[in-house]
Amino acid sequence: MSTEIAETVAAPRKTRGPWAVALVRLTTNKAAMAALGVFLLIVVACLCAPLYAQWAGVNPFQSTLDAVIHIGGVEVPVMEQSTEGLGLGYTPLGPTWELGNYFLGADIQGRDVFARMLYGGLNSLVISGAATILTLVLGTSAGLVAGYFGGLTDTLLSRILDILWAFPIYLLAISLSIVLIAQGITIGPITIQSGSLWLPIFIIGIVYVPYVARPIRGQVLALRRSEFVLAAISLGVPGHRILWRDIVPNITTTLIVFVPLMMALNMLTESALSFLSIGVQPPDASWGTIILDGQALLYTRPLVAIAPGIAIALSVMTLNVFGDGLRDALDPRSKIQFGRDA
Amino acid sequence: MKKLLLAASAAMLLAFGWASSASAEYLQEHRGGTMRLLARSAAGTLDPHINYTLQYWQIFQPLYDGLVAFKKANGKEGFNKVPDIAEAIPEPTNDGKTFVFKIRKGIHFSNGQELGVKDVVASFQRIFKVSGPTSESFYGGIVGADKCTAEPKTCTLEGGVVGDEAAGTVTINIVKPDAEFLDKLAMPHAVILPADAPTEDAGSNAIPGTGAYMISAYDPNKGMTLERNPHFKQWSEDAQPDGYPDVIQYDFGLTEEAAVTAIQKGQADWMYDQPPTDRLVELGTKYMDQVHISPLTAWWYAPLNTNLAPFDNEKARQAVAYAVDRNTLVNLFGGKVLAAPVCQVLPPDFPGHVDYCPFTKDPGTKWTAPDLDKAKALVEESGTKGQKVTVIVEDTAVSRSIGVYLQSVLTSIGYEADVKPISPNLQFTYIQNTNNKVQMSVSQWYQDYPAASNFLHILFGCDSFREGSDASVNISGFCDKAIDAKMKQALDLGVTDQEAANKLWSEIDKEVTDKAPAVALFTPKHIDFVSKRVGNFQFNAQFYWIVSQSWVK
Repeated sequence: MSTEIAETVAAPRKTRGPWAVALVRLTTNKAAMAALGVFLLIVVACLCAPLYAQWAGVNPFQSTLDAVIHIGGVEVPVMEQSTEGLGLGYTPLGPTWELGNYFLGADIQGRDVFARMLYGGLNSLVISGAATILTLVLGTSAGLVAGYFGGLTDTLLSRILDILWAFPIYLLAISLSIVLIAQGITIGPITIQSGSLWLPIFIIGIVYVPYVARPIRGQVLALRRSEFVLAAISLGVPGHRILWRDIVPNITTTLIVFVPLMMALNMLTESALSFLSIGVQPPDASWGTIILDGQALLYTRPLVAIAPGIAIALSVMTLNVFGDGLRDALDPRSKIQFGRDA
Repeated sequence: MKKLLLAASAAMLLAFGWASSASAEYLQEHRGGTMRLLARSAAGTLDPHINYTLQYWQIFQPLYDGLVAFKKANGKEGFNKVPDIAEAIPEPTNDGKTFVFKIRKGIHFSNGQELGVKDVVASFQRIFKVSGPTSESFYGGIVGADKCTAEPKTCTLEGGVVGDEAAGTVTINIVKPDAEFLDKLAMPHAVILPADAPTEDAGSNAIPGTGAYMISAYDPNKGMTLERNPHFKQWSEDAQPDGYPDVIQYDFGLTEEAAVTAIQKGQADWMYDQPPTDRLVELGTKYMDQVHISPLTAWWYAPLNTNLAPFDNEKARQAVAYAVDRNTLVNLFGGKVLAAPVCQVLPPDFPGHVDYCPFTKDPGTKWTAPDLDKAKALVEESGTKGQKVTVIVEDTAVSRSIGVYLQSVLTSIGYEADVKPISPNLQFTYIQNTNNKVQMSVSQWYQDYPAASNFLHILFGCDSFREGSDASVNISGFCDKAIDAKMKQALDLGVTDQEAANKLWSEIDKEVTDKAPAVALFTPKHIDFVSKRVGNFQFNAQFYWIVSQSWVK
């Protein structure tokens, strides 16, 4: 009996690391996995936009008001002039439900809505993804520096963040867009042209910095007072080394959780700005600009506005569900909240 | 010959007699009720000397009167000027520089005050005191106007507008003869207000007028109520006819979609804004009897900045003019019923207009098709191929569509083009200011009054170009000294021989068109969608639907 106990103690059970545990938790979360699957499907579909356009033989950025297509062997104009009554108005083609043949119909310029949806999705994803990276880099840097160095640095950075925080996000984004969209922006050697996708990326990336910086600063403040950091300081370890080796690894999970949630938020913001004509500029597409184009067709061709609306809702929902799953997996006890109440 | 004249006179008397009795009978039969109008939003200040919007100019018609007025008549008859507060339209004297107006007696403002000579004099001073938007451009020719422009608050127009209380006359002296002076006097900016009207923008407070109606309530966020002016007695049916409805209720805030639905359901009688394009098919089929389509003396055009590359090159400008498919633009605007292709400045049937179209497949009098080969060749010749072009458009569905189409055209002929929609509130001033370096834009121009100069001189005259100003309506920055001299010659000629002046204007129209400082796109038509109960719809070519002359019962 005593030998058995000794053997058990001598051979400890192999335990999983925290990342492996998190992965198991995540993969067993059915809702999160389903959301990730749907989101990846959307991403893959959007990545196929150029292939689809080539296969369908359409140019989704060129007006094709005179185009004629074949449906069931019959020639159908993409834009149909009313011939009844007073002969008022033009109506674009409705959905054909044939892939490669104006699946979702045409918009007011006679362009294939489905092809534009795919290209628009690509732009929406690129902008929201890149803006997320920009926000995380800037927000994390600000939070780390403010939280670790404290004092005047913290006061200065926190007040700057407070000022940014004080503006309603959309108002700030709209103001920046209106100012920058006509002329572009030059920061040192970097010039962003007015029509460039980098402009909405820059604007969205900037306005959400406080959303990331604040919780990160709070975590760093707590870590700064923890025993292992105090011990490292007392041993004379340089500040940048403590930040990089001791503090950053401890906020990594928070940053990972931020990624899908920020991306969802950025996607909504990008769509809103594009809908207001101050995001992606025509003839480029984003889901927001397609909804704007569809607004003029709500009565006759509602799908032009509804389809990108569904795409936005689905993408944001899947990102949020996956983000929640990720948070549960990485730190089930986490009390980090996302947004202004953080 | 004598008999024929007598017979004609008798027939005319009979006709007029019948017309006036019929009108009185109609007025009796259909008088009353509330006319319900809708607009997406209010249109700014209620001050008639300041407001420069078609929306309120239309509503000012039954509210205010000038010395002369455009006739409240259907169609182009509305371009004719008739005496209003003046007893007659005077013949100018002193080589066309002096006009003596005899003021009618017995006209009362809606506050009960009788209109007199002092009100007329004060009103002209007020145009300058409130720095009206056209005080310089329309009335700057009045003697003393230069001093008033320099020091508005102390404006007296000494020697320019002189009242004679005893004779009941007002004499207006202008610096040099102006063939369009009476047109300018018939504009809302020269209406007669009480002498004690505030000498600053009245904003949301209505100033009493002499018209058949008065504003009894106004909230720019909600609406405006017009009721009958209790002191109004009709003195001229042509200038200020009595109205049919007792009340005109103008509500703001509904979108165009909602306004169409409200009219369909009989909850409103008319909408100011044009119906959205996705409702046109429905309106043109199910509501044909309630739709009125009227031609406009207006044009949609794409100004090309003649001082900026690539359009500082004439061949580059002509290339764009050749490449643009006007039929496509007409379709984007709503189809052939709502617009017609054009390729010159003066609109069809306008003084001085002679059909001319050099930028088409088969140059001649009418636009037939774009000539892309010619356009590409011109771009090559100009050496501007591959240059960047940005098109600035209003952020509205139609303008955005036109911008996107133009971007496609520019790309197809060899430019690297993009399009930028800007808020409609900002776009017009933005594209005028040279500091914004706008290369190409899309704009519209609707006549102020029916004169060729109102298009050619205003839009392409050297005087209209002001560098760095938001009020540089010559958006192209086009200034050709020879053409400008010809314009001034035509303006002078109009004082003595309008017909000869119009011939000269048609030559100028051709010369400006050839230089292509702007691409003429199309001339639009106007849709009025009214409720079933609206009767006696009349569309005045000058100020559009005559609200007070339609009935609702």
